[in-house]
Formats: sequence, structure tokens, C-alpha cells
Amino acid sequence: MTTTTPTSPSPSATSATTTGASRTARRPRRRSTGRRSTPLTIVMLAVLAYFLLPLFWLAISATKSTQDLFTSFGLWFSHTPQLLENIRETFTHDDGVFLHWLLNTVLYSVGSAIGAALLAAAAGYGFAKYRFRGNNAAFALILGAIMIPTTALAIPTYLLFAKVDLVNTPWAIVLPSLVSPFGLYLMRVYAADAVPDSLLEAARIDGAGELRIFFTIAMRLLAPGLVTVVLFTLVATWNNYFLPLIMLNDPKLYPVTVGLSSWASQAVGGGSGANSNMLALVVTGSLISIIPLVVAFLLLQRYWQSGLATGGVKQ
Amino acid sequence: MTATTVASTEEPRRAGPKSRRLGGLRQGAAGPLFVAPFMVLFLLVFLAPLGYAAYLSLFREKLIGGNAFVGLDNYVTALKDPLLREGVVRVATFFVIQVPLMLVLALVFALALDSGLLRLARVIRLGIFVPYAVPSVVATLMWGYLYGPDYGPFAQLSEKLGLPVPHFLSDGWMLGSLANVVTWEFVGYNMIILYAALRTVPQELYEAAAMDGAGAWRTAWSIKLPALRPALLLTLLFSVIGSFQLFNEPKLLQPIAPDVIDNSYTANLYAYSLAFTGQQVNYSAAVSFFLGLIIVIFSYAVLFFANRRRTS
Repeated sequence: MTTTTPTSPSPSATSATTTGASRTARRPRRRSTGRRSTPLTIVMLAVLAYFLLPLFWLAISATKSTQDLFTSFGLWFSHTPQLLENIRETFTHDDGVFLHWLLNTVLYSVGSAIGAALLAAAAGYGFAKYRFRGNNAAFALILGAIMIPTTALAIPTYLLFAKVDLVNTPWAIVLPSLVSPFGLYLMRVYAADAVPDSLLEAARIDGAGELRIFFTIAMRLLAPGLVTVVLFTLVATWNNYFLPLIMLNDPKLYPVTVGLSSWASQAVGGGSGANSNMLALVVTGSLISIIPLVVAFLLLQRYWQSGLATGGVKQ
Repeated sequence: MTATTVASTEEPRRAGPKSRRLGGLRQGAAGPLFVAPFMVLFLLVFLAPLGYAAYLSLFREKLIGGNAFVGLDNYVTALKDPLLREGVVRVATFFVIQVPLMLVLALVFALALDSGLLRLARVIRLGIFVPYAVPSVVATLMWGYLYGPDYGPFAQLSEKLGLPVPHFLSDGWMLGSLANVVTWEFVGYNMIILYAALRTVPQELYEAAAMDGAGAWRTAWSIKLPALRPALLLTLLFSVIGSFQLFNEPKLLQPIAPDVIDNSYTANLYAYSLAFTGQQVNYSAAVSFFLGLIIVIFSYAVLFFANRRRTS
């Protein structure tokens, strides 16, 4: 982005520890004085309530049968909670296809995220630390790609993949997700900051080859930025709906997003016949599907901040 | 875009590539080698589909004679297509309403968190951010059920209180309801980006401002907002790209509001239905390409105005 000229050394550059644990700032936490504003806190708690309301509704609703969903009050439990029954039915419906969906999602997103982060790290490091012909042109080209709408790409990608028999395979989901232009941008800024040239020089003088320097020295310094890109891609792939929707037609290969939406369309208006309890399954399945990612987030959230603070948001 | 110049204080020019072999890889060849894997895949999944879409968009399936070259005919059709125009106008309207609202909220929340005046700041920050971890499919399904006129809690409450039931899924309300879903999903994400940028403001600046007698408001206005410029620009750009591609949310609300959301409700939904239900691959490619062009133009307009304001 035009305005981000990373000036080194930055005040926020993550201290180059080899532990991989990132601390956003080396300065003491600021302004932790006793001045607290109760009115502001109350306003923000009201805001928080808005953001948590749908999740609260989802957790409550996962304990209800489809009939109770229609008849009992949405924001409180019904008289006959049946969470375990719902979970059991979610996992057994359609020969246990829901578990397949969960595993597919984990496979696609974790595979894509790790692959994308490694590719972005290597390329970002290459762009930041080496001068070669076409360096700036190639980088500018990739940055321009951030603006290309992924959905505008998805349909032609589908047509191309159909020609080489890649549609309806996991590769159709993983390959496009391996390239993260924004991840590359973050890694380039991060590498410029976190890997000191003097260290590379010292390693060269000691006779280490370039690949060895990258894998033994640079990778350690890049770790916090790497985690940020992993998280970023993980969420993007986990939440991806358009790409798998067009690429896959075998329900066994669906990620959980496409699976749930297919159930949801069967459940419209309470469903009928064999689908009469679908609504409860969609709700319970939704709850189960968001738990892993929410937990991962809460555990890893500080990496987000450190990575974003270093990449692209500095003066 | 090209101005991401890394400050010239780093990497002094090396006097030519080293010809000594070091650990099996010369330094001169190393740079391209690190970049190569990414570039190869980039060509494969970005540039190849783009080129293919451009190629496809110049042809048309004729009833007689199969695939014929028609030049820019598909684009002329697209420009005149009322369905596409409606879709583009709709997402543009969505953008104009939803994005300022979302970014202002994100900015206010980030400033509130950074002000040090909040109790439970950590809990609030995480709570607002959590929706980003919820897939848009799940978010839309949830809100769809919450909006529901027969068993949604809002409808239930209105009935209990004897108020008219709000019709969130009706024609007049739909765009607002969609905006609410997208806002719920992304305010936290944008807030975190802005908050992270605020944390990088050097403490000395605040101390200097305090010495000069600036209060909290003055500090926010004169120090924090200027420091947030690049981050705000970034979030604005991502929002342009996201809004114009609006697809998931309308697609998922379609089953519960089929009369309101038709197959050309947004430009992207239109491209999708052209390709997969209408089998008009060539025209769909032209529409996709056209939409991509609109997004690029809008993005550059945003960048251009941001930079012009900086220099003036």
C-alpha cells in the first residue's frame, strides 16, 4: 500500500528473541493509571452484548429440538434441553457425514495455512534481503493481485481446473489457498525489520550457505510473523465458502461451511418428512464448527497483534 | 502500490554477487530461488485464471458453429445489461452505507480500548473480535434465524410487547440486514488492525503532548488519528474489495428470502448463476472480469484521493 514505508528500526519491531514468543512492545504498558471511566465501560459492555448475542442464541438453541426452536423463547432454554441428543444426531445424520466435513475443513485449512506461510516467508525474505533483477517489478505485480477479487478469479479457476481434472479433489481447494499476496507483503515488511543484515553477513563469513542461513537463523526470527500469516490464512480457508461451493460436488469432500449450508437449505421452513429435524442439526453443527477456531483465536490472539503491528500499519 | 520502498538504510549494495560457493548455493542465485516457489504458484492460480478469463470473455457459444470469436461483444452486452447494473448499483449502495459505519465503529472501539479508561478492556477487545473467527456461513445462518419472522427472538419480543413485528427479510430491509451481518463479522477485525497501529505510537509522543497540556481528546485528534492513517487506508481498501464481492451473505439468505434475493441480487451472485445455472461461461467470465475492473478502479481511486490529501 502506498503509504506504508517501513522505516527501520521501528519502535515496535518485535524484539529478536529466538523463543518465538512475541511481545508487541518492549516499553512498559502505558497509562495503566487508576483513571477508569465507568460510563465508557458501560457503553462498551453494551457493544459487547451486541457482538455476543448471536453466539449466546446459538449456544442456547443447540439445546433445543426443532419443534422447541419454533415454540420456545429464542434467548432462553426450553423445558426439555437435549444438547447431547442433538450432538449425537448431528454426528450420525447422513452416515456421519458431519465428521467428514469437520476433518476436511481441518485438513484444507491447516494444510493451506502452513504451506502459504512457508511460501510467503521464503518469498518475503527473498524480496527483502536480496537484490536481483526484477525484484521490485515482481513484488509490485503480486501486490497488485491483492486487489483482484478472489471470486472473480474463482470461476475461471474452476474452468481451468476442470480442464486438468482437478475439480472435486482436495487440491482444488488447497492450491488456490497456498498463495497469499497479503501474507507475502506482511512477511516482506517483517523480514526487513526482524532479520538484521549484520547477522546474515556474520553467518556468511562463518561459511554458512544461504539456505542454511534461512532455515537456521532467519526462520527463527521470522517466527512471530509466520504465526500471523498462518492464522490469517487459516481463518480465510476455514471460512471459505465460494471456492469449495463451486469446486466440489461430492458431499464427502465438503468442508463444514458448504455442508452446513446444504443442510440449511434442506431445513428451510422446518423441513419436511425425513428433514423435519434438520434445523436443530444445522444449529448444533454450527456451534460445533465454530468452537475450534474461536478457541484457537483466544489462545493465539497476541500473535495477531504483533504481526499486524509490524506489517502494513506503521508509518 | 509501487511505493513500498523499504527505507534505504538497510541492505547496502553488495559489490556484485559472490562467486564463492557457500554451502552449495551462491548468494547471487539465492534471492530468485527463495522467491521462485511463491511465484510459480502465483502464476498458476492468479495469472493463469485471469488470462483465461480474459480469453474466454472474447468468445461466445453460437448455436451454429460452436465457439466463435466475438471481440468485445460480451462487454458491450454487460454494459447494457440491466441485471448487472442493478447488482453493481446495489453493492455500491451497500458499500456507501456499510463501510463508513463499520470503519467509524472500529475506530471508536479502537480508540476506546487504547484510551486506558476501560475496565475489562481485554474481555471487551476479545469479545468484539470473536465474530471474525466465525465463518460467514455460520454468521449468516445465525442472523438469518435471529431475523426470522416466526421464531426469531426479535419477532417474539415484539409480539410479547404488542409491537409490530420487524420484517428484517423484506425487500426494504434486506440491504440493511445484510449490512448488519457484515458489520457484525468485520468490525472486530478492523478494530484489531487499528488498535495494533495505535500500539505502535511511541510513548514519548504522548508524554510530549501531556507536557504541552493536551487533554485526551486533543491527543486523540492530533496524535492518534494521524498515526492511524495508513491502517485506515488498509482497512478501507480491504472493505472496497470485500463489499463489491458481496456473495456469501446474500447467497445464504436466499433460501429463507427467495422473493427478495434473486439470482442477480449482487454482481457476484449474478456471475455465479450465469456460470453454474445458466451455463453461460463466456458471458460469466466477462462479468467477472468487469467486476474485477470496477474493484481495481475503486481501489485506485481510494489510494489516489488518500495520497492527494496527504500532499496538499
